[in-house]
Amino acid sequence: MAAPLTLLLLVAVTIRAALFRSCLTDLIAERVEVVSPLTAWKRVVEGLALLDLGVSPYSGDVFHETPLIIYLFHFVVDYAEVTFMLADVITAVALYMAVKDYNKQVFRKQKFALEADRYPLDCLELIRSPKEMYYIPLKVAMFYLLNPFTILSCVAKSTCGLNNAVIALFILSTIRGNVLLSAVFLSLSTYQSIYPLTLCAPALLYLMQRQYIPVNFRRASFWWFITEYAFMYLGSLSVIVCLSFFLLGSWDYLPSVYGFILSVPDLTPNIGLFWYFFAEMFEHFRLFFLCVFQINVFFYTIPLSIKLKEHPVFLIFMQLAVISIFKSYPTVGDIALYMSFLPVWSHLHRFLRNIFLVSCVLLACSALFPVLWHLWIYAGSANSNFYYAITLLFNVAQILLVSDYFYAFLRREHHLTYGLYLKRKDGSEATLILK
Amino acid sequence: MAARRCLSSVLLFILCTFSVFTITRCQETTLAGDNGAAAGDSSPADTEAAEQTVEQTRWEATEVTEAIPDEAAADKQDSAAPETVAPSFTPPPKDDFQEELVIRPLHSGDIYASFQFRTLWQTDFTRENKVSHYGLFPKSLGQIISKFSVRELHISFTQGYWRTMQWGQPFQPSPPGAELWVWFQDSVTDVDGTWKELANVLSGIFCASLNFIDSTNTVQPSASFKPLGIANVTDHQFLRYATLPREIVCTENLTPWKKLLPCGTKAGLAVLLKSEKLFHSSFYSQAVHIRPVCEDWQCKTTSWELRQTLNVVFDLHTSGQGKREWSLFKMFSRTLTEACPLASTSKIYIDVTDNPQGEQFELSPFTALLTQAVVLGDRRTYSVYDLTQQITFGSVRSLNLLIRWKSSEGDMLRPLLHAERYVAGYGLQTGEIHTLMYNNHPYRSFPVLLLDSVPWYLRLYIHTLTVTSKGKDNKPSYIHYQPSKDRVRPHLLEMLVQLPPNSVTEVTVEFERALLKWTEYTPDPNHGFYVGSSVISALVPSIVAMDTNRTWESPLFSSFFPCKEESSYFVRIYTEPLLVNLPTPDFSMPYNVICLTCTVVAVGYGSLYNLLTRSFQIEEPSPGLAKRLANIIRKMRGVPPL
Repeated sequence: MAAPLTLLLLVAVTIRAALFRSCLTDLIAERVEVVSPLTAWKRVVEGLALLDLGVSPYSGDVFHETPLIIYLFHFVVDYAEVTFMLADVITAVALYMAVKDYNKQVFRKQKFALEADRYPLDCLELIRSPKEMYYIPLKVAMFYLLNPFTILSCVAKSTCGLNNAVIALFILSTIRGNVLLSAVFLSLSTYQSIYPLTLCAPALLYLMQRQYIPVNFRRASFWWFITEYAFMYLGSLSVIVCLSFFLLGSWDYLPSVYGFILSVPDLTPNIGLFWYFFAEMFEHFRLFFLCVFQINVFFYTIPLSIKLKEHPVFLIFMQLAVISIFKSYPTVGDIALYMSFLPVWSHLHRFLRNIFLVSCVLLACSALFPVLWHLWIYAGSANSNFYYAITLLFNVAQILLVSDYFYAFLRREHHLTYGLYLKRKDGSEATLILK
Repeated sequence: MAARRCLSSVLLFILCTFSVFTITRCQETTLAGDNGAAAGDSSPADTEAAEQTVEQTRWEATEVTEAIPDEAAADKQDSAAPETVAPSFTPPPKDDFQEELVIRPLHSGDIYASFQFRTLWQTDFTRENKVSHYGLFPKSLGQIISKFSVRELHISFTQGYWRTMQWGQPFQPSPPGAELWVWFQDSVTDVDGTWKELANVLSGIFCASLNFIDSTNTVQPSASFKPLGIANVTDHQFLRYATLPREIVCTENLTPWKKLLPCGTKAGLAVLLKSEKLFHSSFYSQAVHIRPVCEDWQCKTTSWELRQTLNVVFDLHTSGQGKREWSLFKMFSRTLTEACPLASTSKIYIDVTDNPQGEQFELSPFTALLTQAVVLGDRRTYSVYDLTQQITFGSVRSLNLLIRWKSSEGDMLRPLLHAERYVAGYGLQTGEIHTLMYNNHPYRSFPVLLLDSVPWYLRLYIHTLTVTSKGKDNKPSYIHYQPSKDRVRPHLLEMLVQLPPNSVTEVTVEFERALLKWTEYTPDPNHGFYVGSSVISALVPSIVAMDTNRTWESPLFSSFFPCKEESSYFVRIYTEPLLVNLPTPDFSMPYNVICLTCTVVAVGYGSLYNLLTRSFQIEEPSPGLAKRLANIIRKMRGVPPL
């Protein structure tokens, strides 16, 4: 397996290097779909320039990266292209290893279940074979590395790639069962952008599952583990936050990074739902809707964790998708991360209802984004509503995609318990409905 | 040529103590050139007449010395003083009012008229007990000074853009729109609050939209705006500067300005200020400058100076029906009949530097008085009409100055420093501000301070700042940059750039246009947003040779900016304001957007909620309506259902 992966990495790096050398770099770096005010490379350079001028980068409203990012690029700004390619490679390799481990566990669990005769007889079709699972890790790496969204994001030097790498390392360390590293990477990704905080639920569920700690509120071991994890998480988070404070000697970055994410002052168009909504919002309702929209991102964590407590990795996928749809400054890089998990759920394909429609809409929207942007901003023959309509459609498609996968996952679980070919009371073939 | 100049200098030193040699130099140079031209015209009579005029002018210059011998003597006494802001020859009265009008025929055929009214008052607004007895000084402004602890206040309202390349340098530069800059006393603790309140009060006094000055368009320049009066405060935290480039100046701003004058519009030069004529012009600018100045050259006593200036450029081609002829009556629809009785001096100066023997234009009534002044590094000659002398008004008891052009030739000396600015790029996403600064001096380079205040919605990227002159990178020796905060404060960029001789220096910086909230757009959003002029302040090498022997009385218009050395002079230049388009949302559909976005969020919420709360069940087909009805009937009949 190492050889195809190496080949894949080589191909991916070559494509990126070629694009970095081409004249498309500047064009891609300006695309609002690829870079947001939070992740734009131009703003990182601006932050470094401000530091050189002796001005705090957080005194203005252009730079919104965390101090660690400045510190990192203070040293590697000349090797930025290599850094971003490396980040993509790390993400891909981490996802590859994580999925490989996960598949092993899935297979082991399936074996135990089969040995215990827990599956209905007609479910043999749903049992996953090692042969089909063999290429899944490679497919995951390929989905991430060769996804045009990732390539664009990397070529635009969007720091989203770095955030993705941290999240991928968090997933890897969680799946490997390393509690400390999981907490450290989770705190690092929370520090980078607040939203990955919701990933602590799947991490806890997975780690407890791995250590055979039952999710039971009355058990001391459950609370002990949560305390342990929270301690490690908060400890590393406070270390990182204090380190940032000492790097720049001020707390200015807190409002400038997290206040910026939460209060959405920059209404630059992007692929999300926030920009036009808050540009057109009535001033006295602004705070209310801001709270509603931000709570919406975190809201799904608890019900999803309850529903998917046996399947924390699928929960991670769901959380990543929810974050990338509902976050305040989404870019295509965020979408690429959760889309790279799609091969892991390839066994759900038979239950997907509208995957064809959704993929068509996603493709069409991706093509229409630059077209309508051009019509609005450059040609002047369209207005903002055109671009807004496409972002709406794109988000509806993403929502349908995620809910479709969620539906398929739940349905497969249902079939694994009750059998694949269900009968009605009168013996005729039954259809499953949600009630 | 040099020999002739020496000869004439010797001659003039015998004649008078005035240093008129430059005038003669100018005369002779132009004379030599024009003689050739006249010879080309082949009219010997004209040449003769011109020579006669020269003779006459010289004789008149002698007369000037005789007319004001005491002033000249007084001037000689303190000619050793290195620098005096205010004329310091007479023991100053408690308060004093001077008025003057400078008229400069411009080479483009336009006429530049500059009014200055100066009220000096030897008082202390900052002392404990309130100043309550006002003489010539307007009470409304005096109260502002004491209430807001103002050290210096400069406010200008301008309609139109001063075209430096066609008109040369103005006496008082001002940017299009409204400009306000104030130095506060160091006793002020809440400078921002005081500034906001002051802007609101001034807004009421001048009937202007100065109340739109808030933190989003106020900056604290670190070097560009130094106090112009005596000052011991140079800490720029007491300085506030704001421009409103969109401000439209009209009659309602002029009326309160005129009311500040001691004579109002009843007498003196102010009778000329008729708004229907003033606003029918290419350029109009009115300003108020308040500052503390020294009364004597040792600065033992200080007094407050209020300068009210009004500059206007009349376009004669539009109003003169093709005839190049100009008179006070034609410009202002008034003639002068008297000086303001409260004024200690009341004079009209007409720039005749380019017209030494009247070959360019003819001036009537004829005046015997001539004076010279170094203004903006150039020594100019002026015909003087003293309105306090009855003889000026002649037998008709009214003065109607008349200039009749003879030829439309003549080229202007290009201004040594000149700047322009524009926005490059297309589309509504990004753009680039280009500022071009021209140094037209043939062999000297000099540094300039460039100040740019850009609103927050154009996000500047300072790392894209490039300064190039003559194709080479010209690194600024000083950069003060304050990045903007969204909806709080603008960008402030100040740079000290060395301009190489005879070169164009180009400053470019990229920006990104922000999408604003729909309520933040102006009522006509597709008109664009104004970005205030950048300010270029420089000490420009003077054209006039080093001459510390100041033996002439300097008129008011030449003594505005304190000048430390004669070899260079201070000049401030304002570039064009920019008009930048921003992307706009659709203003007609906030409800639609709110509904549609909420629908999408609801789709997300709903589908997840569906899957989270419901469970899979086998669909049991519900019986049809007929069957259900039949079952109800069967139930009533007591038979088992179908």
